[in-house]
Amino acid sequence: MKSKKWYDFFWIWSILFFSLGFFNILFAWLGLFDFMLPLIFAIAGGNKWFCNNMCGRGQLFSLLGSKCSRNKIAPRWMYSKWFRAAFLIFFMTMFGIMIFQTYLVFRGASDVGAAVKLLWTFSVPWEWAYTPGLFDGWVYQFSFGFYSLMLTSTLIGLLVMVLYRPRTWCTFCPMGTMTQGICRIKNR
Amino acid sequence: MSKKARADKEICVACGVCVRACPRSAISVFKGCYATVDDESCVGCRLCEKSCPAGAVRVEVQANEK
Repeated sequence: MKSKKWYDFFWIWSILFFSLGFFNILFAWLGLFDFMLPLIFAIAGGNKWFCNNMCGRGQLFSLLGSKCSRNKIAPRWMYSKWFRAAFLIFFMTMFGIMIFQTYLVFRGASDVGAAVKLLWTFSVPWEWAYTPGLFDGWVYQFSFGFYSLMLTSTLIGLLVMVLYRPRTWCTFCPMGTMTQGICRIKNR
Repeated sequence: MSKKARADKEICVACGVCVRACPRSAISVFKGCYATVDDESCVGCRLCEKSCPAGAVRVEVQANEK
């Protein structure tokens, strides 16, 4: 057995993130670390150190998947280049729409939607975590949008973890596709 | 003849699961692009093969052994 390193415990962060957002949606902003760090590592270092060592979500899937996963290799299309690219484009489009909704609230053209949207479709009431008044409305709108995005992608990840191998999510994770693309360009 | 792990560069997503699985630190992710195997250290135990979500790492028999 390899000895545990300090960064082997980020799976706790993954659980903590969703727990905190359950009580106060503003904690969703902390999820930006998971967006920024992989990109910083890839752009500045030309590596996937984040994915390889400190992705809390990946660690969580490894941990849970060691107990409940069928351990089958995913279907070929799921890790094909076109699907990975298509999923990245889809994900970034949804991210863009979320930013636009934040902008609408910022401009006063829309009210804060105090709900978490799962799988970009199902609206789940989340008012208990909404504490208006501390910040401008758009700060809350971004929180709900970003938390929805994180929760949705984790649910998809959990599903493929059970159906296939624990870290099947990594094969089409938009951050992984993006950082591998950056590394490939940098190390050409 | 010996068994060594091989990673398919075209399929590998460089997630690093194989690196974590390897008990001999024989596999690494080359500059965030794909996994590479150090034949000197690899003992062909298949732990990396079993962990790879994309089936990109496979243990093959090396025929041209000295």
